[in-house]
Amino acid sequence: MNIGVLALQGDVREHLSALAESDVLARPVRRPEELAGVDGLVIPGGESTAISNLAVSFGLLDPIRKRIADGMPVYGSCAGMIMLAGTVLDGRPDQESFQGIDMTVRRNAFGRQVDSFEAPVEIEDIEGGPFHAVFIRAPWVEETGRDVRVLGRVAEGDAAGRIVAVRQGNLLATAFHPELTGDLRVHRYFVEMVRQAL
Amino acid sequence: MSENQPAIGTARVKRGMAEMLKGGVIMDVVNAEQAKIAEDAGAVAVMALERVPADIRAQGGISRMSDPDMIDGIINAVSIPVMAKARIGHFVEAQVLQSLGVDYVDESEVLSPADFANHIDKWQFTVPFVCGATNLGEALRRITEGAAMIRSKGEAGTGDVSNATTHMRRIRAEIRRLQTLPEDELYVAAKELQAPYELVKEVAEAGRLPVVLFTAGGIATPADAAMMMQLGAEGVFVGSGIFKSGNPAQRAAAIVKATTFHDDPDVIAKVSRGLGEAMVGINVEDEPVPHRLSERGW
Repeated sequence: MNIGVLALQGDVREHLSALAESDVLARPVRRPEELAGVDGLVIPGGESTAISNLAVSFGLLDPIRKRIADGMPVYGSCAGMIMLAGTVLDGRPDQESFQGIDMTVRRNAFGRQVDSFEAPVEIEDIEGGPFHAVFIRAPWVEETGRDVRVLGRVAEGDAAGRIVAVRQGNLLATAFHPELTGDLRVHRYFVEMVRQAL
Repeated sequence: MSENQPAIGTARVKRGMAEMLKGGVIMDVVNAEQAKIAEDAGAVAVMALERVPADIRAQGGISRMSDPDMIDGIINAVSIPVMAKARIGHFVEAQVLQSLGVDYVDESEVLSPADFANHIDKWQFTVPFVCGATNLGEALRRITEGAAMIRSKGEAGTGDVSNATTHMRRIRAEIRRLQTLPEDELYVAAKELQAPYELVKEVAEAGRLPVVLFTAGGIATPADAAMMMQLGAEGVFVGSGIFKSGNPAQRAAAIVKATTFHDDPDVIAKVSRGLGEAMVGINVEDEPVPHRLSERGW
C-alpha cells in the first residue's frame, strides 16, 4: 500500500513521519505521475491559497478531482480540509479546491494567529479518549450535506459546537493538526480506510 | 478554568504556525497593492513594512515599526497571514503589532535596534516571533527567548545571496557537528554556543532546530530561492528582490514555483525565462562592515 502526501507546500514532513510511524510507505506527491502511483492521499496543513495556486499551475487539480471521483481515499488536515470542501467561504475568488466533501468550510474561521488554540476534541469512530487538537488559523465546517458524517466538534469555549472533523465515504477531514502532536490515531484510522478501499 | 478550555498562545500553536508556512515564500510588501500581487503569486504570507530593505539602506536614518494604518490596510487586503517587523529589543512595538492582530512578529535587524543588549522576551506574547540568526548559537539564544521560527539573516536589501548561503551553511554545519559529539562534550559545546545545554542536547539528538528554519537576505531570483532550499532552508523570505525588480508579479510567481520544485532544474529553468530585470543589487563585500545589517543582534 502506498500513501502519498501532497507536497506542494505545508507540513508535509510531519504527515510523512506520522504515516511512517503507522507502518506505511509514504511518499511526497508533486506531479501527476506521482499521484498515479498512490492508493491514498493526505493533503497537509499549509496555506490553502498557495496550495490551490500550485495545484493549478502544475496540473494536479483535475487528476486529483478524478481520483477522488474514482473513490481514492483522501485525508485533509486544516488547509487540506479546505481543499476537500465543495464550497469555501472567505477564500480568494479564484481559489480552487479538489471538492469531494459536500460541505461549506469557512477559512480562518476562529480568527487570526493570536486566536489559534489547543483544545480536546472527541472523534466519533476513534477510541481512546479525546484528541489534543491543535487549531492554527483553522477553518470550521459551516454546513454539511446529507451524506456527510460529523465526527467531531469543539467542546468548550466561544466556538463550542463548531464542526471540526467530518467524513464522507472515503474522504476524511479535520480542521486541526494531529500530525503536530504525535497522536497517530487519525493517521491509523485513515490507513485503515485506504486498506479497505484497496 | 477547566483544563478543557481552549489554550491560546502556546509554544505548539506558535511553532505550528511556522510549520504551516514550510515550502512557501514570504514576501516583503509596503502597501495593499503589493500585498495583493504577492497573494496572487502564491505567497504563503506577507511581511508588512514601510520601506523594503534596499530603500532603508539607500535612504538611511532610523528605521522603525510601520504605521498601524498601513498594517491594517494590508491585513484587510489579503487573506493570507500578515507578518510585521519590530525593532530588536523594542517590546512595545511588538505589543502594538500584537494588538493590531498581525500573525507573526519579525524582531528584525533590518530595522534600527532599540536595545543593544537585550532582545524581546518573546514568551510574554500570544503572537509568535521569527528572528534572524547568522549561526547556531544565535539561533538557539533567540529560541531560548521564545522565538517560534528562525530565518538565516543573509544581508537584506542587497540582492546578493552570498551571505544567505554563508549563514545557512554555517547553521547546518554547526548542527551536524553537534550530532557527531559524544554526550560529555555537549556541555562544552553549550558553553561555546552560549546557549542552554538542554536545547543544545535537543538539537544534537534531532539533527535540526526545534523550530522551522527559513532563509532570508539577498534572495533575488528563482535559482537563489531553490539553492537555499537545497542547502536546507524550509522556506524563503524575499524582501527587496521582488518589488525592486522589473516585473514583480511574474518574478514573485516564479520564485514560489522554484521554491516548491527546488530540486527540479527543468522547472527552475522554465520559470526563470523572460522575467525581465532582477533588482540591480549591491555586493555585500562593497558594503562597509558597520553598514551590514546582519551584524545587528547578538
